[in-house]
Amino acid sequence: MKSIRLYFKYVSAVLTSTMQYKLSFLLMCIGRFIVAFSGFIGISFLFSGFAGIKNYSYGEVLLCFSIVQAAFSLSECLFSGFKGFSGLVKRGDFDRMLLRPRSLILQVIGSRFELGRIGPLLTAGITLIVGIRTCELHLNIMRIITLILMILGGMVLFSALFLLGATINFFSIEDGGIINVLTYGGKDHGKYPIDIYGEGLKKFCTFLIPYTLFQYYPLQYLLGKTDNSMYAFFPLGTVVFLVLCYAFWRFGVRNYKSCGN
Amino acid sequence: MITMKGICKSYKVAKRNAGFKEACKALFHREHELIHALKDVSFTIDDGEMVGYIGPNGAGKSSTIKILSGILAPDSGMCEVDGRIPWKCRKEHVREIGVVFGQRSQLWWDIPVIDSFELLKEIYSVSTPSYNQKLEELTELLQLSEILRTPTRQLSLGQRMRCEIAASLLHSPRLLFLDEPTIGLDAVSKLAVRDFIKRLNEEHKTTVLLTTHDMQDIEAIANRVILIGKGQVLLDGSLDDMKRAAMTSGDDMSEDSKNLDLIVADLYHNLNIL
Repeated sequence: MKSIRLYFKYVSAVLTSTMQYKLSFLLMCIGRFIVAFSGFIGISFLFSGFAGIKNYSYGEVLLCFSIVQAAFSLSECLFSGFKGFSGLVKRGDFDRMLLRPRSLILQVIGSRFELGRIGPLLTAGITLIVGIRTCELHLNIMRIITLILMILGGMVLFSALFLLGATINFFSIEDGGIINVLTYGGKDHGKYPIDIYGEGLKKFCTFLIPYTLFQYYPLQYLLGKTDNSMYAFFPLGTVVFLVLCYAFWRFGVRNYKSCGN
Repeated sequence: MITMKGICKSYKVAKRNAGFKEACKALFHREHELIHALKDVSFTIDDGEMVGYIGPNGAGKSSTIKILSGILAPDSGMCEVDGRIPWKCRKEHVREIGVVFGQRSQLWWDIPVIDSFELLKEIYSVSTPSYNQKLEELTELLQLSEILRTPTRQLSLGQRMRCEIAASLLHSPRLLFLDEPTIGLDAVSKLAVRDFIKRLNEEHKTTVLLTTHDMQDIEAIANRVILIGKGQVLLDGSLDDMKRAAMTSGDDMSEDSKNLDLIVADLYHNLNIL
C-alpha cells in the first residue's frame, strides 16, 4: 500500500517536471500518435490490395494490431524507467537508488513516466473500435475477459522484456540493443497474428519468448476460430516469464559493479 | 560503530590503445587488467567521531564509501556498521545512513527543492511531525528558506550543496558520509558547510566520515585523519600526527609556515602513492 502511494508521488514528481516543458510534451504526444497511427494506415493500404492474409481478414488483423499496440504502450508508459536503465547506471543514479530503503524496481519505474504514450494508446483505442466493427465481433462477457487478459498479458510480457534488457546492463555497461529486437521488433511484427510467419517462428515465440501466449492463442478464441475456452487464459502464462526475468534481475543486482564517481 | 577488517576489492578494467583500429581489434580480443582498489583495509570508527579520509585520486576513497554504504560488496574481508553488514541488509542499513556525493545530485532536477524533500520524506517513511521539525531545523541552519521553492537546476552550486546536505539528513541518520562535499564551492559556502557539519556533530552526535582534497576541510572538521594510498591505509591518527609524519620523512620540512597542501603533497610524494 505504501509502495503504491510512493509510486504516485514519484509519478507526480515526474509529471511536474515534464509539464515544465509544455511544448516538448505536446510535440512528443503528437509525434508518437502519428508514428503509431501510420501503422494503422499501413495495414489499411495493404488490405486495399489483398482480401486477407493467410486466413485473417482486415478487421481481424486490426484487432490484433490494436491489442499489441495497447499492451506495448501501457508497458512503455509504466516501465519506461527500465528503457533508460543504462543511463541510470552510467550517471550513477542507480547508486543513489541503492542508498534508499525502497524496492529497486519501484524506484526505477518511478524514475520515468512517459505520458507521451497517450498518443499510441489513442491509436490503439481507435483501431480496436474499427477492428471490432469491421469484423462484426459480438462482444460477450467471455470475449471481453479475453480481450482484457490479452492486453494485460502483453503488458506483462513487454515489461518482462524491458526488465531483461535492463538486467543486461549489469554485465556490460552498454545498451542492451539486442533486447530492442524483442521489444520493438515484437511490437512491430506482432501486429499480425504470429502464425502468418510460419511454424518455426511460432515455436520460437512460444517456447523462448512467449508472445503467442498473449497474442496468437487467445486471438483464436477471441475471433471464434476455436471453441477451446482454455485459450482465453493463456495470457496468464506470461507471468511465469516475468518471474524468470525477475530472478535474473535479482542475480544481476547482486553482481552490480558501480562505475566511477 | 564502523569496523572494517581486511577489506579487499578489485575491478577488472578493459584496456586498449588509442585509435579506431585498436577499438575494432578490441571488439574481438580485449585485454583486461585487474585493478586492486582496496588491499587489506582495516579501521574502526567510534560513535560520534569525525574522521577525514584522504588520499590522492584513485586511492580507493570512493570504493571504501561505496562498500560502507552498501552499494558494493567487497571481494573479501569483514565490514560491520552498527552490527549490520551493509551490502547484505541494504534496506535496514541505508535507513540509518546519509550519503552526500559532491559530484552528483540526489535531488530531482526539474522540481522545486521542497518537492524533492517531500518525496524523500515518503521514501524514508518519515513521520510528519519529525519531518517538519527536521526541516525547520535544517532550513534555519543551512539558510534554505530563500531557495526551497526554486527548481534544483536553477540553484548555484553552493546553494545546491546546502540542499544536498539537508536532503541526506531528513531521516535523521546516525552516520553521515560526505564524499567531497566542498568541491567547487566558494569560500562563503565552504565555511557554511564546515560550520554546519561541526554543529551537527556537536548537537546530534552524528558520526561523520568525510573524504576531501581540501585540507582546510580536514583541519576545520576532522579530529582524526585516515590516509589511504594505492588501496592501503598508510596513516591513522590526528592531523598533528600527519604533519609529524611528513616532517620526519621529508627533507626540509621544519618550517612551520609551510601550508597544509604542501605538507600533504610532500607526504604523498614521500609515501610514493601517486
